[in-house]
Amino acid sequence: MNILNLLNALPGAISQGLIWGITAIGIYITYRILDIADLTVDGSLCTGGAVCIVMVLSGQNIYISMLAATLAGMTTGFVTGIFHTFMGIPPILSGILTQLSLYSVNLKIMGKANQAINVDKYDLLVSLRYIKGVPFYQNPIFIVSVSIILLVILLYWFFGTELGCALRATGCNSNMARAQGINTNLSKVLGLMISNGLVGLSGALLAQYQGFTDINMGRGAIVIGLAAVIIGEAAFKRIFHNFGFKLIGVALGSILYYLVLQVVIWLGIDTDLLKLLSALVVAFFLGIPYWKRKLFNTGYALKKGGNNHA
Amino acid sequence: MLEMKNVTKIFNPGTVNEKLALDNFSLTLEDGDFVTVIGGNGAGKSTMMNAIAGVWSIDAGQIIIDGTDVTKLSEHKRARFLGRVFQDPMTGTAASMGIEENLALAKRRGRSRFLKTGISKKEREEYKEKLKILDLGLENRLTTKVGLLSGGQRQALTLLMATLQKPRLLLLDEHTAALDPKTAAKVLDTTEYIVTRDHLTTLMITHNMRDAITHGNRLIMLMDGKIILDIRGEEKKKLTVEDLLHKFEAASGEEFANDKVILG
Repeated sequence: MNILNLLNALPGAISQGLIWGITAIGIYITYRILDIADLTVDGSLCTGGAVCIVMVLSGQNIYISMLAATLAGMTTGFVTGIFHTFMGIPPILSGILTQLSLYSVNLKIMGKANQAINVDKYDLLVSLRYIKGVPFYQNPIFIVSVSIILLVILLYWFFGTELGCALRATGCNSNMARAQGINTNLSKVLGLMISNGLVGLSGALLAQYQGFTDINMGRGAIVIGLAAVIIGEAAFKRIFHNFGFKLIGVALGSILYYLVLQVVIWLGIDTDLLKLLSALVVAFFLGIPYWKRKLFNTGYALKKGGNNHA
Repeated sequence: MLEMKNVTKIFNPGTVNEKLALDNFSLTLEDGDFVTVIGGNGAGKSTMMNAIAGVWSIDAGQIIIDGTDVTKLSEHKRARFLGRVFQDPMTGTAASMGIEENLALAKRRGRSRFLKTGISKKEREEYKEKLKILDLGLENRLTTKVGLLSGGQRQALTLLMATLQKPRLLLLDEHTAALDPKTAAKVLDTTEYIVTRDHLTTLMITHNMRDAITHGNRLIMLMDGKIILDIRGEEKKKLTVEDLLHKFEAASGEEFANDKVILG
């Protein structure tokens, strides 16, 4: 229980939290904007990592590899979108189907269950080796923070465009969206693509950071992402009202999640129990709005119109 | 302007819940017609509107709006011809988006949506002017989330959205039924004002016989998926609620059993 151990672990926790923050922003887009709980992410995170690492190992430039990882993530979102809109499968089941198929796809990409990469031999953008003793611009905390700010600016712009507004309307009230001539199926596919593209990018960064990609690296990603979304909203809802800041809040929520996780580990809890704890914490927070409504009968005014679940 | 030819719609075919909702239904509207639609529960009023709007596909028949056969078009593609206001105030607007954002969505109905800005400065001024017509003070609350508005305010806003670009056909599906009498009257006044000003072809379902008589130039009554009464022109102007009840009994062979329609 040496406090120095905890302090030493904090920069690593913040870096991981930031990288997962990109996943969390992706999940925010499906979960909060499109009103879909998208389980594709458990598979697409690894897809992003696998594509990035395998490409770098075969001599590709790191930026091109990360772009490819993002595109691979978008493809997985496209597949889920097609399952849902074109084949009429409920969104959760569509995500599960893609996730399961990605297990095979990811194995084929990597050729085996995991693939390591040595930061000394390959030119990587982020690595846990760069946490200390490098100029600030090589520090993963700096690099990922800048990336998140750029992504948030891009997303803020996009959701203010005609297409972005159509996407938001689809998630909020799909009946209204169709009455206003919005192709809600297209919106959903597009939203799932954007979300999983971000998750793929996050996976690429995570694999570089930890120095390997693993078939199980995405297990429970949806829960971690949701935890980050919920923590971020709860912690910053009084400060951040603007959409862009809300996204920043989600990324900060992800950092908070990893800090708490680090403290829990430092306290000496059996790490086997961490996923159980995460799931219970998320379940608890997801239940709050329901109980609030039940006990205080509030929130009617903001209730969404119509039945949005296609 | 609108032609429905022999439209048939059967819900739950082949089950015990099978329901013939539209039975070889035909209706033709001239340009500028304001038709009020009455009928008991399950008469097919909303089914008729949903058939026009393309909420689902019809089993037989043809629907033509302003010369375009829309029978096979999906709901969002037909939207460019139609302005729609629904019974439930929650249905017509996006609650988590601002008033101006909702209007901007309606402004782009029927156009391709790409990466241009969602709302331009010029539009904001236009929306302010248009919101003044509603006389609800919404012109000063452009960025307010629609979810914070009352049911009446949301219906008035939906009406404005439906008519922001002149629709070929305005569909009002009992749009005042969920409102208190005073608010309902106000929304109906606004409806009359906009329909007259823009010379809109309109179909309005109502539960209220008096409203059905006062408004519009033609009245149709539906029963069992068919039109059983069709009154227009001079005859409609002289119509009273009593007349209507007698005509209903003569046409249907039974007494009008719905208090809500008579007293509403």
